[in-house]
Amino acid sequence: MISVQNLSKEFVIHIRKDAHINGFDSISFDVKPSELFAITGPSGCGKSSLLKSIYRTYTPTGGKVIYTCADGSKIDLASADPCDIIELRNTEIGYVSQFFSVIPRVSAMDILISAQTSRGVHAKQARERAEEYLSKVGIAPKLWDMYPATFSGGEKQRLNIVNALITRPRLLLLDEPTASLDAKSKEWVMSLILDLKAQGTAMIGVFHDQIAIETLADKRFDMRTRSLVPIGYDLPIDEGMLQEEEAI
Amino acid sequence: MKNRTPVLEGSHITVRFGDGCPYCREHTELEKGRCPVCRTIWAVRDVSFRLYEGEILGIVGESGSGKSTLLKTLYFDQPATSGDCRIARYHDGQKNIFDTSSQQKRYLRNHLMGMVYQNPILGLRMKISAGANVAEKLIAAGNRNAGSMIGRTEELLQHVEISLDRLRDQPRYFSGGMQQRVQISKATANNPPILFLDEVTTGLDLSVQAKVLDLIRSIQKELGIAMMIVSHDLSVIRMMSDRTMVMLGGRVVEEGLTDQIMEDPMHAYTQTLVNSLL
Repeated sequence: MISVQNLSKEFVIHIRKDAHINGFDSISFDVKPSELFAITGPSGCGKSSLLKSIYRTYTPTGGKVIYTCADGSKIDLASADPCDIIELRNTEIGYVSQFFSVIPRVSAMDILISAQTSRGVHAKQARERAEEYLSKVGIAPKLWDMYPATFSGGEKQRLNIVNALITRPRLLLLDEPTASLDAKSKEWVMSLILDLKAQGTAMIGVFHDQIAIETLADKRFDMRTRSLVPIGYDLPIDEGMLQEEEAI
Repeated sequence: MKNRTPVLEGSHITVRFGDGCPYCREHTELEKGRCPVCRTIWAVRDVSFRLYEGEILGIVGESGSGKSTLLKTLYFDQPATSGDCRIARYHDGQKNIFDTSSQQKRYLRNHLMGMVYQNPILGLRMKISAGANVAEKLIAAGNRNAGSMIGRTEELLQHVEISLDRLRDQPRYFSGGMQQRVQISKATANNPPILFLDEVTTGLDLSVQAKVLDLIRSIQKELGIAMMIVSHDLSVIRMMSDRTMVMLGGRVVEEGLTDQIMEDPMHAYTQTLVNSLL
């Protein structure tokens, strides 16, 4: 469904004397429907930058991201027109960010209903599905009509995940979706992700959590070696990378 | 992907104050758009854009970057020096709206466009009632039935949460937020496909600002109006727009998805702007 080919990202910071910062370099992999492709590696190695480059929040500096749309046509997300990207985001591609961000002053229920109705789901059905998903991730009914700004960190993150999953995207990008969740919430969220995967959604996810990787992932890609590694494999510690991490 | 037809398309729009000279005609990157030789101001220089149905296009830039002049030119408050602008619903996009008669321009302003100004004095007549302000726009679009006009005016003002017992009050007695809401109802009275918003929340306090922005979002969602919103406040642009153009010295220096502009700005000026966010 998606083929990442030699994708690279370099940041040029003009306001810091044109400093060049390498995000990641020449990354290639393919992801099929119903497959969860886990990206792992230490902090600062470019995992989130890679996801953002696929979602086009970052503009890649090299390579291609060939995505096969629902109608069978192919599009290079790395160079597509912004209007095409907006359309795909509104219809086919979902993204769970590391940090929760939604339109302010809109209740949790309205966020979820609006995400569905904008994709043509009937309002009544959208409400029923929103109630079902909110219950599944343990968000209490008394919070459903509240603004998410008043939620705890874990509740916000669960809502963030539900907001992306409820639209049943064909491609879902997950940036550390379970990082700030307790064990029970993690279990709820992983169950929803597995359900969606079974329905055919292709997923690319950044994970630090070994349990999540082992439960969810079909393939594991290591950013340091730029290659596939066994899912349960514990990579040897790279001294250079550790120093970089400490510096960050 | 499908072929989209823009509801509004501008090509190479230039607005110049002064005659220009060989130096400034050749050099496009003038500081603040001002020619150091002949003092001509290039307020808007060679700007092209496309606005699609139901989208919000944000325009950011510092004071004097030309963003408000661009909107005023599109709304015929300011004549363009050169360039081309077409509206899909006007002669099927075959006619440059800058080359039309003043009568046709009036038609376009009343039927196909709306404008909400930063300063309500520019958009409202302060000495006639709020209801008459809205009705004036309906009359300009050819409405002559008093009963339907009163009904529509009440509906529009209620929609922007102006209570009907203020219908006969003059806008000069309203708060800034209320004046902006009356302006919004006037600008959208004839369901135009295009709405221009020029710094609509500047000068309002935070809670009123939030209310006005929420109202604009709900109107956009409900009516599917394509909007161009000018602001120097990046938070407003981040909340409201799908795509963003960054202007500097009359030129567009960067454009793209709003999240890309905010998180991965390419141009030095955009990087400075984003880094100035509190």
